[in-house]
Amino acid sequence: MNKKTPLIHITKRTDIPVSRSILIRLAAVIIALLVCGLITTIVTGLNPLEVYASMIKGSFGTKRKVWTLLQNISMLLCIGLALVPAFRMRFWNLGGDGQALMGCLAASACMILLNGKVSNAALIAIESVAAIAAGAVWALIPALFKAKWNTNETLFTLMMNYVATQIVAYFIIVWESPKGSGSIGIINQRTEAGWFPAIGTNKYLLNILIVTALTLIIFVYMKYSKHGYEIAVVGESERTARYIGIKVEKVIIRTMILSGALCGLAGLLLCAGTNHTLTTTIVDGRGFTAVMVAWLAKFDPFVMIITSFLLVFLGRGANEIATSFSLNKAFGDILTGIILFFIIGCEFFINYKINFRKSEGKEAR
Amino acid sequence: MKKLIAVLLTLAMILSLAACGTNNNTTTKAPETTKAADTTTKAADTTTKAADTTTQAPETAAPAKEIKVGLICLHDENSTYDLNFLNGFKEACANMGLDEDHYIIKTNIGETQDCYEAAAEMVDEGCNVVFSDSFGHQAFMLAAAKDFPETVFCSATGVYAHTEGLDNYANAFAAIYEGRYLAGIAAGMKLNEMIESGKITADQAKMGYVGAYTYAEVISGYTSFYLGAKSVCPSVTMEVTFTGSWYDETAEKEGAEMLIKNGCVLISQHADSLGAPTACENNGVPNVSYNGSTKAAGPNTYIVSSRINWAPYYEYVIQTVRDGGKVDVDWVGTIATGSVELAELNTSVAAKGTEEAIQAAWNELKEGKLHVFDTANFTVNGQPVTTYLADVDDDGTFTGDTEAIADGYFHESEYRSGPYFDLQIDGITLLDTNFG
Repeated sequence: MNKKTPLIHITKRTDIPVSRSILIRLAAVIIALLVCGLITTIVTGLNPLEVYASMIKGSFGTKRKVWTLLQNISMLLCIGLALVPAFRMRFWNLGGDGQALMGCLAASACMILLNGKVSNAALIAIESVAAIAAGAVWALIPALFKAKWNTNETLFTLMMNYVATQIVAYFIIVWESPKGSGSIGIINQRTEAGWFPAIGTNKYLLNILIVTALTLIIFVYMKYSKHGYEIAVVGESERTARYIGIKVEKVIIRTMILSGALCGLAGLLLCAGTNHTLTTTIVDGRGFTAVMVAWLAKFDPFVMIITSFLLVFLGRGANEIATSFSLNKAFGDILTGIILFFIIGCEFFINYKINFRKSEGKEAR
Repeated sequence: MKKLIAVLLTLAMILSLAACGTNNNTTTKAPETTKAADTTTKAADTTTKAADTTTQAPETAAPAKEIKVGLICLHDENSTYDLNFLNGFKEACANMGLDEDHYIIKTNIGETQDCYEAAAEMVDEGCNVVFSDSFGHQAFMLAAAKDFPETVFCSATGVYAHTEGLDNYANAFAAIYEGRYLAGIAAGMKLNEMIESGKITADQAKMGYVGAYTYAEVISGYTSFYLGAKSVCPSVTMEVTFTGSWYDETAEKEGAEMLIKNGCVLISQHADSLGAPTACENNGVPNVSYNGSTKAAGPNTYIVSSRINWAPYYEYVIQTVRDGGKVDVDWVGTIATGSVELAELNTSVAAKGTEEAIQAAWNELKEGKLHVFDTANFTVNGQPVTTYLADVDDDGTFTGDTEAIADGYFHESEYRSGPYFDLQIDGITLLDTNFG
């Protein structure tokens, strides 16, 4: 009776109208932009509107920038899609970076070692299989350990990234050109052997089309296939899964092979489709950024198009600010951080409702 | 749930439509502007040519070509290596009257397709010259040079231009081994001071060197540094450790500390962070630096630093392109061009007479009386070297193809701008790399 309701108490929202949740997200973006503008003016004395204009220019300024934007979105989305089946199963695959890097390594190994020995079409086919298999193997190892001995997959997949980086560093020294330079240059620059063909004159369109198709496939796989259903059940409760006769170990291993194979595909696209080289940083942390892409979109492949656009757009905007205002790239990263903080933070307001204590008079009633 | 997906789908559709919309706009616009730019440059070209052939008018009379230059950097100003390029670039732009609207700097550009994209974007923004600062950029700069024949691409420290034969793809480097040699003299003088004061014996005059890769540029650098020290302190020896990275602050710091523990009484480095200078300052060991003064990081241990001054090269390229001329695609800066420099000598740490000794050697190098890699001054496996085939042509084989020794010395940076001296001379011990 004397129990006083606290000033603020939080309740979980069970069902929020879609329009409402979109409004909350929009509000978060607007507040984030205002805060960024304020910080920009205080710290650098620049007009925030000009800074925003420059950010947009960084992604849409020229036709070339739009294509680069789409290419970067595709690469990030590809790894994001690879994580979806694993994450739905509550298998926290943080090894996307390493799995993609192993894909790059396998593809470049084929391009270097088989150059001139097989026809170009055969080389592309071999390197594709090799890259996808390499990614799958890199994911299969932690999956086996998880299925057999219930090891912690988060740590295991994370550590596998560093192992992959070191293996790649070793092979860079084997293949470096000239000797000792620590750089292997563009592979097959003169012959272009093993390079994915350009569609017309566009070097990135093929990558973009492949990832677009992949988005549809993952959507259908997760929503309408038996495998997708099994993954969802295992993710909800392993016991339930066992009870209804799903072989949990089999699902874990099968799903991780799929997840790793798709990361390997991303590595293949990065190596044979775009960069035609191998460096330890070629994946550029996308395996980790993709975690954010997948989470923000609640693992929905179509929403992930939007979230990966958002993250790539912010990253490219940060670079553009650094170039056009002679600021260090770190400043752009600060703005990106602020925007992400608000976007992630607003999920709280979508999932929970804040109730303020009603006035005394009303309470007395 | 279906409703939600429907909404998101439409959103995605709208977004992709919007993207297509902007896309189309730029497509139609972009060619027009490039065409316009093309015709104007062509017009300018023909007028310059006309002026040249008919009246032989002085170059100033011809309308100078509108110049815009770009610089691509691997890291940013936190790396001593990139800072040295940025300083040289800004100095050159100021000297050539190019304001901020006429130059673009892009930092933190990796040695991947990003480099090609950055170069291509610079061309889109009207650059006639694009520079890059890291060795690994060269392949992507070459790809850009093939795609944009109207623009000149200069990849510093690269080695492809020597054999590639493209008019618009250039490499450049400086005879920095001469600067290293001079810095080595300062190191040798410091060792002599330690020996005279009884701090060490002549046998203990051991220097340490933190290198990046076992690459010719690094080998040429530490060998010339060692020979400079040996020219004044005959008993000197040196140990070299490699980090396997151009920029790894922790590895460079740990490398320097390991060398100091091994008994090295003076440290120098060829790597781009402040790792080694910081380790030296913490341990009170004298340091000879590279890329520019690091006195701020080591006020009590910094002696002197050799540095490539890139401004003369940038000015040369900008002037040549402005005049409509052809750029030397394999350019070597020297003491004479002002490209090889020593950054401030820290007189409170350096031994007495260092400045005079450096000045004397400087003059001899400039006059061609003194050669750093004089075969009388070094041996390999106890034997003097009389012949050596260096790997000058980049034909993918990594075998020697050019006789580098003539007139009693190794001709470094004369047949190609990128260094190719990779002999393992006596007196230098490589701690962690086996050349088999």
